[in-house]
Amino acid sequence: MDDVMLNQFLILAAILFSTGVYGVLAKKNAILVLMSIELILNAVNINLVAFGAHNGTIAGSVFALFVIAVAAAEVGVGLAIVLLIYRNRHSVDLDDVAQMKG
Amino acid sequence: MIIAADGFAQNVFFYVIAAAMAVSAIRVVTVKNVVHAAMYLVLVLAGVGAQFILLASEFVAATQVLVYIGAVVVLVLFGVMLTRAKLGEDVNLTNDYWWLGAISAVMVFGVMAYSLLDYYGDDPLGAEPGNVESQIVGNTEQVSDALFGQYLVPFEIISVLLLGALVGAIVLARKD
Repeated sequence: MDDVMLNQFLILAAILFSTGVYGVLAKKNAILVLMSIELILNAVNINLVAFGAHNGTIAGSVFALFVIAVAAAEVGVGLAIVLLIYRNRHSVDLDDVAQMKG
Repeated sequence: MIIAADGFAQNVFFYVIAAAMAVSAIRVVTVKNVVHAAMYLVLVLAGVGAQFILLASEFVAATQVLVYIGAVVVLVLFGVMLTRAKLGEDVNLTNDYWWLGAISAVMVFGVMAYSLLDYYGDDPLGAEPGNVESQIVGNTEQVSDALFGQYLVPFEIISVLLLGALVGAIVLARKD
């Protein structure tokens, strides 16, 4: 086990990703869903940097930086939307937000 | 690569941090208190930063700490505060169909783990010897050269996206 393997990073990222998928599907608090999305994006970042190290290029790190920037924009707009929902409905329970249900 | 030929110490640190990250990630989606979930999220994000350092990408690790732990978690805590989640008391945060989510997550993990182990097997992390560029990976200087050279146009587009997100968040959240 002395060798650092590519797969150990990828499996760790897979654990984080599936935990995030569970959070997005099973949680009804909108802020917890946003936190789970952060878990998923971080799993992708680990994969990008690990593949960059594996291929010996800098592109993985650069792309991870872009993902971090997009995630920051996403959480900003996402929380603004959650605040708007809270202001209109006095609840952030995603099960309650179903006006467009047929 | 700055990764040493003998990766014993790296492996020890990897598995210690990875175990902490996995436990914290599962706690994020299972605790019954939103603030505690945010605190466990901090642990996961710090662990991700530590993994970036193990992968010799110290600039990405610094950005991870600045942007995620410094900004995103604070933003999330403000969101918790402004939506008046019940602090200090345990509430049911899980919907009625959580078991479907659990089945989906386990299946996603199974498929990913099987295909990763099948395809990459015991591939070492380091690039093949003889690859000249691999000697300088992870250097902050290299990141900046790539960012302001080859990737200059995407970098500028990202700044426009951030401006758009800033204006959009203000427009959405302000009281009229």
